[in-house]
Amino acid sequence: MDAPGSNAELRAFLHGLPGVDQVGAEERAARLAARSIKTTAKARAIDLAISMVDLTTLEGADTPGKVRALCAKAVRPDPADPSVPKVAAVCVYPDLAGVAAGALAGSGVAVASVATAFPSGRAPLEAKLADTRAAVAAGATEIDMVIDRGAFLAGDYLAVFEEIAEVKRACGEAHLKVILETGELATYDNVRRASWLAMRAGADFIKTSTGKVSPAATPAVTLVMLEAVRDFHAATGRRVGVKPAGGIRTTKDAIRYLVLVNEVAGPDWLTPRHFRIGASSLLNDLLMQRQKLTTGAYAGPDYFSLD
Amino acid sequence: MSDQIFSYAPAPESASIARIRPSYGLFIDGEWTDGAAERTFKTVNPATEEVLAEVTEATEEDVDRAVRAARDAYERVWGPMPGRERAKYLFRIARLLQERSRELAVLETLDNGKPIRESRDVDLPLVAAHFFYHAGWADKLPYAGFGPDPRPLGVAAQVIPWNFPLLMLAWKIAPALACGNTVVLKPAETTPLTALTFAEICRQAELPPGVVNIVTGAARTGQALVRHPGVDKVAFTGSTEVGRQIARAVAGTRKRLTLELGGKAANVIFEDAPLDQAVEGAINGIFFNQGQVCCAGSRLLVQESIAGELLERLKARMATLRVGDPLDKNTDVGAINSAGQLEKIRTLAQAGEQEGATRWSAPCELPERGYWFAPTVFTGVAASHRIAREEIFGPVLSVLTFRTPAEAVEKANNTPYGLSAGIWTEKGSRVLWMAQRLRAGVVWANTFNKFDPAAPFGGYKESGFGREGGRHGLEAYLDV
Repeated sequence: MDAPGSNAELRAFLHGLPGVDQVGAEERAARLAARSIKTTAKARAIDLAISMVDLTTLEGADTPGKVRALCAKAVRPDPADPSVPKVAAVCVYPDLAGVAAGALAGSGVAVASVATAFPSGRAPLEAKLADTRAAVAAGATEIDMVIDRGAFLAGDYLAVFEEIAEVKRACGEAHLKVILETGELATYDNVRRASWLAMRAGADFIKTSTGKVSPAATPAVTLVMLEAVRDFHAATGRRVGVKPAGGIRTTKDAIRYLVLVNEVAGPDWLTPRHFRIGASSLLNDLLMQRQKLTTGAYAGPDYFSLD
Repeated sequence: MSDQIFSYAPAPESASIARIRPSYGLFIDGEWTDGAAERTFKTVNPATEEVLAEVTEATEEDVDRAVRAARDAYERVWGPMPGRERAKYLFRIARLLQERSRELAVLETLDNGKPIRESRDVDLPLVAAHFFYHAGWADKLPYAGFGPDPRPLGVAAQVIPWNFPLLMLAWKIAPALACGNTVVLKPAETTPLTALTFAEICRQAELPPGVVNIVTGAARTGQALVRHPGVDKVAFTGSTEVGRQIARAVAGTRKRLTLELGGKAANVIFEDAPLDQAVEGAINGIFFNQGQVCCAGSRLLVQESIAGELLERLKARMATLRVGDPLDKNTDVGAINSAGQLEKIRTLAQAGEQEGATRWSAPCELPERGYWFAPTVFTGVAASHRIAREEIFGPVLSVLTFRTPAEAVEKANNTPYGLSAGIWTEKGSRVLWMAQRLRAGVVWANTFNKFDPAAPFGGYKESGFGREGGRHGLEAYLDV
């Protein structure tokens, strides 16, 4: 798709997308949540979900030690069971990307870094770009940027578009995940428009939330984004990934998201290349359910490392 | 290859939860009794063709016994009982229905063939809701707008269809009882089991004997019931053809009559519709309950400017429908209720092809035994084709196009039926404009097949008369 020539043109395009009926979208998400995934399907789904986790720590109190511990967990989630797959990536703040890159070198687990004045995005463009470049220079291979929600809600779509495009350039080889912060966009129509805006500006992934705003990822928001990547692929041939993040804590939740992916975007998205789950505490629940399936009994939480 | 990534393992609900007895008698005057003629018939699981149970065929004599029991209960107990007392029984029944909802859902799925997802998430919750809702009315009838002290009619003869066996029972029995009538109900011959279990629930609720009587049988039993001189009110849901026969039988008598009959609903999608939800609405409109729904959105009217894109999305969505074992919790489309119904669907689908419409069926493997029909869509349908005019009552969608809102209204109304319609547009003013002009008892906007006990349901023209549900529905069971 061509770059938009003006804000008016971009606005006409985004507002020309079919609307989303809130009741209908939520109903469909709820119906898919009632799928019953058992036995062999559950086992496969758990391993798939583990391999899609972006293991995340985004706290002001993060330290190199904490990040190194998380990296060790990412590579070998369950030290007692080598058949457990490793997670997709470790996601940290830019100043700790170097620590993560060191700890994960050669492991096959990617280093993801948030950038662009995460989580608010309220900083001058130059600062956001510098943030991005620093993260990439430190070894991040995936950048999770936030969009300027203020500009989006003010109708200045072109500003949002250009900022994403600039960050994409600053990423170089690194993959760009664009966080829409759907909890601040408020309507599903906005979620669909922001999804298309981000995809047209070059996003490799569209991501629901920072995890710092409530509501974070919901099944219905993810449904709307999955429809967007499906339609974008049909229109352009380019497959953009989706990453729900925030509030996904249980295996049941994770499997519901996989069902959404499977039945809305299609099985082609069921790979860590095109679907990720941003989470921190989810991994241990996945490990616990996995062990339950293999051994028939639940181990206590103390049998799984905290990070 | 992609199937291997994530194919859902079978997740069947256990059939034994349904607790089916090998044979059932008639439920008359609070007791299980044998039929006078000792004639029985079998009810089968349409998904496997296995016999589920043997059921008694009620004769004229049995029907007479049931009507007398209902009359007696009406005159001695139920009629004189204050509304607030009747309400207690209805609340009790509603709670028992909730408590036994899993059992009833499995039983409904076994006997009818509908997916457990629907019987569990749609039928049973609505069944309980109808009893709760009408229990609330029982002591408030003076405030329903029918005068200070509206009186019941007496004995209601109720004949219900096989597509929503227990839900149709609830639609009939709950308002009748709330208003102070007693009932004799005949379930459809292919789906009598949930009604018979409901009889058990009446006993569990200690409902006075004779207030609810269940007589099983086919057309002859139904005729005996609606023709019985001791009946004050006849309520029927089913085909327009049988509805006409009943209207003739009742004509010239003092009996009140309400009929809820067939439909050929238009589901109208405008170019500014929320497309993904409209596709979902079209799917839900025609494949819900295998399309065996009187208000099914069997004619999809699509604005010509988006017809191509919409059809592509519709077919892609149809390909993801999971057809098969109704007891599997992941099944979307189950079995057709009977061999006879399957034959009717096949005949009409064939007629569609012969008349020149283009047929497309979702790629799916159908089980070898049982009655199955793949979800099917016809494009290039002309308004004169049989598949655009006759009620198919199966998972077959006919797609027609229109150019302007006025044409949409004209085409939607161009049918002898008038039960329901759907409108899909993001423009509120157009919804209202359309709703005023569509000759249909129910008009859904940006949704389809939504039911609520507080919303009156019923038809125009050959879809019948009288309303069920809501304040309006009470009128059918009150002497006003």
